[in-house]
Amino acid sequence: MSSPSAHGRELTFGDAIKEALAEELRRDPRVFMLGEDIAEAGTTFKVLNGLVEEFGPERVLDTPISEPGFTGLAVGAAMTGLRPIVDIMFGDFSGLIMDQMMNQAAKIHYMSGGKLKVPMVLRTTMGAGRRSAAQHSQSLHAWYSHIPGLKVVVPSTPYDAKGLMKSAIRDDSPVVILEDKMMYKTVKGPVPVEEYTIPLGVADIKREGTDITLVATSSMVYVALEAASRLAEIGVSAEVVDPRTMTPLDKPTLIESAKKTSRAIIIDEGYEQYGVTAELASVIADGAFYYLDAPVKRLGAMNVPIPFSPALEDLTIPNAKQVFEMAKALCGKN
Amino acid sequence: MTVDREQWLHIYEQMSRIRAFEEQVNELYTGAKMPGLAHLYIGEEGIAVGVCEALRRDDYITSTHRGHGHCLAKGASVDKMFCELLGKAPGYCRGKGGSMHIADQDTGNLGANAIVGGGAAIATGAAFSSKRLGNGRVAACFFGEGALGQGVLYESMNMAQLWKLPVLYVCENNLYNEYTHHSETTAGSMKARAEAFGLLAVEVDGQNVREVLEAAQRLVERARRGEGPAFLLCHTYRYLGHHVGDINRAYYRPKDEEQEWKTHRDPLKLLSAWMIEHQFADVGIIEQIEKDVTAEVSAAAAYALAAPFPAPDEVNQHVFA
Repeated sequence: MSSPSAHGRELTFGDAIKEALAEELRRDPRVFMLGEDIAEAGTTFKVLNGLVEEFGPERVLDTPISEPGFTGLAVGAAMTGLRPIVDIMFGDFSGLIMDQMMNQAAKIHYMSGGKLKVPMVLRTTMGAGRRSAAQHSQSLHAWYSHIPGLKVVVPSTPYDAKGLMKSAIRDDSPVVILEDKMMYKTVKGPVPVEEYTIPLGVADIKREGTDITLVATSSMVYVALEAASRLAEIGVSAEVVDPRTMTPLDKPTLIESAKKTSRAIIIDEGYEQYGVTAELASVIADGAFYYLDAPVKRLGAMNVPIPFSPALEDLTIPNAKQVFEMAKALCGKN
Repeated sequence: MTVDREQWLHIYEQMSRIRAFEEQVNELYTGAKMPGLAHLYIGEEGIAVGVCEALRRDDYITSTHRGHGHCLAKGASVDKMFCELLGKAPGYCRGKGGSMHIADQDTGNLGANAIVGGGAAIATGAAFSSKRLGNGRVAACFFGEGALGQGVLYESMNMAQLWKLPVLYVCENNLYNEYTHHSETTAGSMKARAEAFGLLAVEVDGQNVREVLEAAQRLVERARRGEGPAFLLCHTYRYLGHHVGDINRAYYRPKDEEQEWKTHRDPLKLLSAWMIEHQFADVGIIEQIEKDVTAEVSAAAAYALAAPFPAPDEVNQHVFA
């Protein structure tokens, strides 16, 4: 694991992100943020509280409720000397901004033969479980990951979120960061006081093991870790691999882990159909085929619009029990 | 701002260059020498040239699928343009963009855009940068009246007016959204749409480059002074089809309408007649300009036809910066 186990200081996921943003706003005057209710309100999740007081309303800019307009404005600003960070409150609003991201931001560098650059960051949220129903709960990172020209980050820990955010802001390509909204306050972890960045495209092994590889993204890392603890109790040693970025994807780390353990399950909160789990499973099936003792399995969100009722919503998200049972069966433990 | 004889000659030359370029594109297409399609700007030259002559070289433009005229008016060279249209390596975008995506940062061209209204937010963002960086640049955003159907245009105008951004929205009303007359798609008044956001809106005859230039100069300098965005509605006509393959147009517009505009409202004819009348030029000078640009365009097309295609290893370069 690359993250420090004890540095004396712990931050929540949300505070780690805010610290990354504040440090980069301080470091580079070209960096600014824009989005709905990000200034005095500090976003609906209160993640940005205090930033407007330090940096002023010009650099922490409240926008009209015009997601395509201000995302496109950021594309133009990025092309002409600024480094915008766009805040899209809910990842579900990706449908509104997709033309600006997939047809404009993602393609401008390529279409211009490398002349123009779009150094922007799009921050948005993912994750169900908040009882927010079908239009405020989806995890749509697969959409962005499908488009060449976009880098896509799905951090799971405060340490990763901060280091990856700083790299994203310094990157000259458009980068999309999807933050699990349920982790802002509930997930806490060590974050060193000293400056650091984490390169995009390097997976992190969150727990080492020898019998089965659990590839997990964002909040599903915690589901995988819980399953791994329970598997240990029955004598199964699970390795938990967090790709951290969808694009660029650290294929070698995924493949090497599967070669070592000979079994793999992919766990992701995006819809299972045509999703991240399918892509990562194919990477492992392709790269580790002759080392595998079982078919690569996957667990994504159920292929239904996310329901409101807690009794139903919880059924749609992969959980540790499912992972445990699936891993147990793959390892031939009855 | 007064315009002297040299500038009028230059303006006529630019308009002639665009016309000759587009005629050559049409020939390349009909001769099966050009991959894909192109959307020709013939008939609308006065708008691109009138607006771009009011801009500095470092001012920005965003352009459209019908964008060759904007690129040339902003200072692009015909040889690199032809190379791009033919998908050749020396093209403005190394052949990777093509007719609908020509960008040239040296002349402030942030790119043509194949999404209708696609340049609206980008131009507004460029104007945002200009204001934030204090570099005095203005952004001109070209679009056709078809883009009046796109919500992002209104979102952009709203932000531009809220934040007093130096951007000029140039609406080229050539009457047809592709194959459909605007009266079937656009309710109410075009000008009032911009006025609703508090933008200064000006309406001109787009076939009269003098009128376009005068209005553009006024609105660009106003924007440069920090007095906010404006909307310039230019009435014009697309002589040819939506694209080069749109030959039989009788089902959506009458032939005599086309003939009427070509005969009585041609921007080049109107300007040359005015220049001759005011003794800025005579017939000989006008003919010489046309001869020179035709020769320049033919030579550039020949150069592009002979130019190399990009090497295969170009295909996965420039995906990321």
